[in-house]
Amino acid sequence: MNAQALARPTRRDEPWRYTPPAVLDALAAVPVAEQVSIAPGGHGAIHRTISGEGIVSHEITVGAGAQGEGFFALTGAGYQRLELDVTLEQGAQWTFGCVVAAGAGQVAELVTRIRHVAPGASSSQVVRAVASGDGMVNVLGRIDVAQDAQGTDAALGIKGLLQGRQATINAKPELEIYADDVKCAHGCAIGQMDPQALFYAQQRGLPLDAARVLLMQAFAAEAFLAVADPAVREGLELAAAAALQGVS
Amino acid sequence: MLKIENLHATVAEKPILKGLSLAINAGEVHAIMGPNGAGKSTLGYTLGGRPGYDVTDGSVQFAGQDLLALDPHERAAAGLFLGFQYPVEIPGVSNVQFLREALNAQRKSRGQEPLSGGDFLKLAREKAGLLRMDMDMLKRPVNVGFSGGEKKRNEMVQMGILDPKLAILDETDSGLDIDALRIVGEGINAIMRAPDKAVLLITHYQRLLDYVKPDFVHVLAAGRIVKSGGPDLALQLEEEGYEAVAQEAAA
Repeated sequence: MNAQALARPTRRDEPWRYTPPAVLDALAAVPVAEQVSIAPGGHGAIHRTISGEGIVSHEITVGAGAQGEGFFALTGAGYQRLELDVTLEQGAQWTFGCVVAAGAGQVAELVTRIRHVAPGASSSQVVRAVASGDGMVNVLGRIDVAQDAQGTDAALGIKGLLQGRQATINAKPELEIYADDVKCAHGCAIGQMDPQALFYAQQRGLPLDAARVLLMQAFAAEAFLAVADPAVREGLELAAAAALQGVS
Repeated sequence: MLKIENLHATVAEKPILKGLSLAINAGEVHAIMGPNGAGKSTLGYTLGGRPGYDVTDGSVQFAGQDLLALDPHERAAAGLFLGFQYPVEIPGVSNVQFLREALNAQRKSRGQEPLSGGDFLKLAREKAGLLRMDMDMLKRPVNVGFSGGEKKRNEMVQMGILDPKLAILDETDSGLDIDALRIVGEGINAIMRAPDKAVLLITHYQRLLDYVKPDFVHVLAAGRIVKSGGPDLALQLEEEGYEAVAQEAAA
C-alpha cells in the first residue's frame, strides 16, 4: 500500500455506521497513514492514547515469525477515528487492545483490518467501547484470511457498554475466509451495566457514582490485560479511566 | 439495634413481605428459616436497599436511624452488611482494590481518615487468615474464577474488613463443603460475636447453626414471621418440616 492521503470516509463506503454527515463534513485534513514495519522474527509495539480530534491511521506489517502489539485508548473528543491495517506474514502474531469512549456530543470510530496473508499467523483483538449521553461509538473489525493462510488463528472480541438511553454503539465483526484450516472466533455483546454488580458495590459502601466508575474502569481494563509491560498497562488504564470518568 | 415493624415490600409489584416484624438487639444472633419463596432473600435485599425492592408499608430503625431513608451505600456506612447468596463477579477489579475503595468510602462518610495502603493490606491479611484464604486470592479479580465455597469465604473476608455492626447473611452456608462450613462458621463467630454486634442468618438448614449458635430462631412463611423460639426450634423444624410447624403456628 502506498503512503497516500486517505479518502475521507463516507457513509456510502461504510453503510454500517451512522455518523451524522455534519460531523464528517466538518472534518478537516485527512492524514497520511503512518507506516510501521516489524522485521521478521522481531518485536514491535505501538501504545497510544488518542485524545485529540481527527483521524489516526496506521499501516502495519508484521514480518514472518515476528510479534506485534498495538494498544490504544480513544478518550473521546468531538470526532475521533482510529484506522489500522495490519498485514501478518507467516507465523506472525498480532495482539491488539483498544478502549473507545464517547461522551455527549462525541463520535468515536475504530476501523481495523487484519490481513492473514500467509500460513500460521495469529491475531488476538479485544475492544471495549463505552458510550454515554448521546455519544456514539462505531466499530468495524474486519479479518481477511487468504487462501494461503492455512492454520490461521484469529480472535476478535467486542464488548460495548451503553450508559444512557441516547447512547449508541454500532459494532460489526466482518470475516472473509478463503482458507479451510483456520480458527476464527468473534464475539460481540452490547449492553448496560449489570444492576446486580452495581448494587453489590453499593452495598459494600461505594456511592452510586463511584460504583459506576469502578465498574466502567473494570470493563475497560479487559482491553489491556495482554499488555506485556505493567507500566505501559497502567498508563493506558489511567488514560482510559480518566476518559471514562469524564464521560460517565 | 434493628427494629422492623409491619414491613410490607413488593418486587415487580408482587407483594412478598406482608407485615414482617422483628427486633434484634446488640449481642444477639438470630436465624430466619423458612421454605423456598417465603421472602427470606427479599428481606435481605429490602434491608440492603436494592433497587426494585419497594417498601409499601412499615418501618425499619437501625442503630437509631430510619434505615429506609438511606441509600444503599449509606446503609453500609451505618454498619449494615449483606452477605450475598450469589456473590457477584467483577472482572478487572482486584479484591484488594475493591475493598479498599469500599472501606475508605465508608470511612469518609463516617468522617474518618482513609486507611493507607500498608494499613489496609495488614488488615486484609489478618482477616483472610481468619478465613484461611490465601492473600494471592485477594489480589485476583473479585470472585472471578472462585468456586462456590471460595466466594462465600470471600464474603466473610469482606465482612471482616468492613467490620459492620449488623451482618445479614443470606444462605451463606449454601454451596459449602463440610470443612468450608466449619471455617465460615468459625469466621462468623470470630468477626461478629461481640456485645456491640449482631447477626441475622438466613438459612434453610440447621447445619450452619451447629457452628453459629443462634439465640433466636424465626420461621418465615408467606412474607411474615409465623413462629419464633430458641435454638430448639431449628431442631424441631429439621425433624418435622416447615409445613407442620407453620400449620401448628397458624392453628
